[in-house]
Amino acid sequence: MNWKTFFAMLARDAHVARRNAIQLFLQTFLQPLLFVFIFGRVMVGSGYMPPAYKSLLLPGIIAISMTFTGVWAVAMPLIAEFQWTREIEDRLLAPIGVSWIAIEKVIAGMLQALVSGLIVIPLAWLVLRPGVDISIHSPWTFAVVIMLVAAFSACGGLALGCSMNQQHIGLMFSLVMTPMIFFGCTYYPWSALKTFPILQKMVLVNPLVYASEGLRGSLVPQFSHLPMVAVLAALAFFDVLLLGVGLRQFGKKAVS
Amino acid sequence: MRADAKGPKQAPKNQIPALDGLTLEIPAGEIFGLLGPNGAGKSTTVGVLTTRVKATSGQAWIGEHDVWKEQAAVKRLIGVVPQRPNLDFSLTAREILVFHGAYFGIGSKVRSERADGLLEKFKLTERGNQMVRGFSGGMMQRLSIARAMMHDPQVLFLDEPSAGLDPQTRILLWEIIREYHQAGKTVLLTTHNMDEADALCQRLAIVDHGHVIAVGTPNELKASIPGGFVLRLRFGKQTADLLSRLQTLAGVREVRAADDTGVDVYADRGGSLIPEVATLAAGAGAELSDVHISEPSLENLFLHHTGRSLRD
Repeated sequence: MNWKTFFAMLARDAHVARRNAIQLFLQTFLQPLLFVFIFGRVMVGSGYMPPAYKSLLLPGIIAISMTFTGVWAVAMPLIAEFQWTREIEDRLLAPIGVSWIAIEKVIAGMLQALVSGLIVIPLAWLVLRPGVDISIHSPWTFAVVIMLVAAFSACGGLALGCSMNQQHIGLMFSLVMTPMIFFGCTYYPWSALKTFPILQKMVLVNPLVYASEGLRGSLVPQFSHLPMVAVLAALAFFDVLLLGVGLRQFGKKAVS
Repeated sequence: MRADAKGPKQAPKNQIPALDGLTLEIPAGEIFGLLGPNGAGKSTTVGVLTTRVKATSGQAWIGEHDVWKEQAAVKRLIGVVPQRPNLDFSLTAREILVFHGAYFGIGSKVRSERADGLLEKFKLTERGNQMVRGFSGGMMQRLSIARAMMHDPQVLFLDEPSAGLDPQTRILLWEIIREYHQAGKTVLLTTHNMDEADALCQRLAIVDHGHVIAVGTPNELKASIPGGFVLRLRFGKQTADLLSRLQTLAGVREVRAADDTGVDVYADRGGSLIPEVATLAAGAGAELSDVHISEPSLENLFLHHTGRSLRD
């Protein structure tokens, strides 16, 4: 393993992310903040939603922001670079195993997802306050959950980015990301689906459910949520699965 | 450097293999050219030798290293300039060179100095801090070559290096390639430009349909064409009788029917044959309607081996 090459590629991605910081910021945070404002502030303020909804909503918004950021940060450059600009070829010719280039992309995506998750907390708090009741009872559990969520988003980005055709980017968002968010227990807890028993079972194949519920369990444990053991196991399973699929697809794309 | 490839991986049965039993051996310190028309398998050969294409069977070696099994070691030894620029659009020209150096583990001071030196050499210093997105094709090509030289590779692969370059830049490029070679490096370039192959390469392989048709120095290859001159003749109509009569003319080495009305004559002399050809044709009842004479060239060699012009 050639760490110098690995860290140089990571430095390149950090450099590019810094250069595009404002664009990334708007792309990542505008939508969740608007959502927080309308649902947390307007709907609660006008009495259509109970005040507790603010606290219930926040973990879901963090999960959405992290997932979007990770998937976007890994998938979009890969789609463009493999199919269109061929830019990635300079890294494919760097003295390092091809899989490590994919792993570097995943690490870079995870870092961006973590940054976005950690920034959305104070931002949303500013928009929602007063009345947000979040507390991190177990910092370790929170740290593990947020790492697993970041890994899920970045590995998902790798798998999607190496499987999608450039023409299908729009489809990826409307057919994969949008249903994932709406059936991802982001705007409501999983327990709220108990009146739809079949749907409640079906959404369990959606990894975002475990991201939202895990963040809910570690930030607002006063609300009902899936057991943390199940959440951690499921997130770990999806991380490994998506990484495996992503690496396989990346290997196929890298060599003709 | 050795390549012995039998087509890219897992081609479905009805596909034509890009390479079919292509075998080459290139000693260190040589400028070697792969000459052939588009689609001949030149780029695939470069891909197989640079870890980017997996052959279904066969082997490729750079020095002591098996290209497929020891990819990281091979990638340290090679620099690759692709046919289509693949510069990192998120970076400036200088950053592209500096990060490339970093990927190869070069220390920050050295890579910074080298990047400046290469920008200077390729006349890109003034553009060094600009994003490459707005660069012209020629500037991108120069920067691609500078990037490939950044880690000082032992073997430089250039896939159609002067395609789309203006004559001035082409001459600059040729000088730089020669200079790099004089520093003891091996250069493999692909081209469909005979002048380039003739001017730069010490040895050449002529490739068509994934096969090597001929290998040798440009002069050896040119000398292998019967007679050296090619007269491409066109008649009102062409007959077997006409072909055999043409064969009897002094200095004619080989006569080939090109199509219904065309005849290619390989001969020791060029223009001086024409009056005799015209007289002979008139005697055979076939009127000579068009004549093209070419002097000994690699183009003629390609024509001789394949019956087609390189540009067909």
